[in-house]
Amino acid sequence: MVLENQGELDLDSNLHDIRTEAINAFEKQGFPTKKDEEWKYTSLKSVLNHDYSVFPTAENSIEFKDVKKYFLHEIDSYKVVFIDGIYSSFLSETTHDGFDICLMSAALKKPKYKMVIDNYFNKIADKKNSITNLNTAFAMEGAYINIGKNIVVPKPIQILNFSTGNEKEILLQPRNLVIVGENSYVQIIERHQSLSSNVVLTNAVTEIFANKRAIINYYKIQNDDANASLIDNTYVQQKENSIASVNTYSFGGKLTRNNVEFYHEGEHVESHINGISILNGKQHVDNHTLMHHKYPNCESFEIYKGIYDDASTGVFNGKVIVNQEAQKTNAFQQNNNILIGDKASINAKPQLEIFADDVKCSHGCTIGQLDESALFYMQSRGIPVKEAKALLLYAFSNEVVEKIKIPELKSRITKLIAMKLGVQLGFEI
Amino acid sequence: MLEIKNLHAGIENKGILRGINLKVNAGEVHAIMGPNGSGKSTLAAVIAGNETYEVSKGTIVLEDEDILELSPDERAHKGVFLSFQYPVEIPGVSTTNFMKTAINAKRKANGLEDLPAKDMLKMIREKSALLEMDRKFLSRSLNEGFSGGEKKRNEIFQMAMLEPKLAILDETDSGLDIDALKVVANGVNKLKSKDNAVIVITHYQRLLDYIIPDFVHVLYNGKIVKSGGKELAHELEEKGYDWVKNL
Repeated sequence: MVLENQGELDLDSNLHDIRTEAINAFEKQGFPTKKDEEWKYTSLKSVLNHDYSVFPTAENSIEFKDVKKYFLHEIDSYKVVFIDGIYSSFLSETTHDGFDICLMSAALKKPKYKMVIDNYFNKIADKKNSITNLNTAFAMEGAYINIGKNIVVPKPIQILNFSTGNEKEILLQPRNLVIVGENSYVQIIERHQSLSSNVVLTNAVTEIFANKRAIINYYKIQNDDANASLIDNTYVQQKENSIASVNTYSFGGKLTRNNVEFYHEGEHVESHINGISILNGKQHVDNHTLMHHKYPNCESFEIYKGIYDDASTGVFNGKVIVNQEAQKTNAFQQNNNILIGDKASINAKPQLEIFADDVKCSHGCTIGQLDESALFYMQSRGIPVKEAKALLLYAFSNEVVEKIKIPELKSRITKLIAMKLGVQLGFEI
Repeated sequence: MLEIKNLHAGIENKGILRGINLKVNAGEVHAIMGPNGSGKSTLAAVIAGNETYEVSKGTIVLEDEDILELSPDERAHKGVFLSFQYPVEIPGVSTTNFMKTAINAKRKANGLEDLPAKDMLKMIREKSALLEMDRKFLSRSLNEGFSGGEKKRNEIFQMAMLEPKLAILDETDSGLDIDALKVVANGVNKLKSKDNAVIVITHYQRLLDYIIPDFVHVLYNGKIVKSGGKELAHELEEKGYDWVKNL
């Protein structure tokens, strides 16, 4: 793969410096390999072995009716939609009325956003992460969401990235910036969707800033085509008394890597990371999370559940760091896995680095199979074994599903789980 | 209704049932008693189709059909119901949703449409009243955190909902105080008809004061060693199980 800076990139010198630095860093670091401790169980070899188009130029249009099902169309929402990495004004519904829900390309170029960009852009993205640097170097487009103080955003924001398959092999690098002002509230749903069976690699970076007392819930639906792979890097910084959640629902795709990192920058912060992975075939999911407690009196809650069928593979690497100053921390981490397939496997690695002495930190990790006695119990009531298994797996994932705060999304995720498990149940959990 | 002939079953070459013969007609209540380890629960599990046990010989015929090749759910669809000695906890699935799924699975197997939600609710209301169940248990996760008595009551509630032809109650009396025992027995008696049959498996005679059996069988070492009327239960209560070991 050859990367060249073809774009009419940034005139702004500050941004230019950031880009140059990122390019240089990436050139030095290269793509991660399995020799890298953080990539020990995930090989990018098969997804990098393609001749990706990096800067598609032609604008491809799609009809709403063809992609309606990928939207959470049951509810009113703001929409920021990209087709092959290019903004689709036709499918989008943005706003500048009281707050900004618009485009990264505009934010990076227009002088009126310069101060915000200077203050926030690339401020928490991990400079040591080569893949993130690659995005920083070349990302042109994405969602720019800046919510001022004291605003409850009245409806959720959906960020959708479609790829049409017009390019045989495409690399997409969306870059999102989300700033939630003091006392403000926002909910975001993000989805990457390939509309063909052509090869797609998405390397996404999202930076989220939750200011004092802000609340943000961010949901990621990862149910892409079997030839689409996703490397998602999400960085969250939280100021005092803010509440933030990042939720990943990984059902589709060939390879999915979630890097979710939380950094506390104030006391009384509450953080949530929730995830469900349901895989089959040869799918691979790698959930890498970091919860960095730097201030006292903060709480974090992390639950990841995984169901692995066939020869699918999973990784859970959950790191919790509690700095010495972060006394009275309450950090909770749970990772439960069910292996159904004979060739399925999971590598789970909870990592706790605790330097404070007055803290409550717990972690639990389980890897098991379906409970045979429960299956017989259900079958003896007339529930066929397939449904009985599905019902048990539903119940298993329910703990994460019930944390979804948007009812229509909860219902959608439930349906996606049913589809993935290949059953129809007469009720929703 | 049910005819078991020369049934041999066990786990991994360890024989547990060694030639059971039992005939149960519609309208009858049979009690199976016996000391611990005699094979009572194994018999119940084998009739219900638990694949942990391997059947090496014999037949189980339900209404002229050999059910040994059927899966547990298919047997349930034919009208077999097992009330478990140790009901399984299923977190995340409410009793109501569990019953909806079970009833509609049975209806589907029998070529019927799903039961309309209104009828389902009505049925749930009636049957839970019969068992004097606290309604809040119905919306809680199935059996999760239930006391022993609540679990058994829930088993009979499920039986009432599923209206089986052949109900097997495995040690339903264990873990029940006397009031709960009466409620559960009363529920079973109300569900009894000339068209269905009940097999009560118990260690003690106590439950049989409330669910009066037509026949009592004594199981020992994997065989029925003695059969009789309800008075046999009293005899066992008086003499204990030691004397049957020499029969």
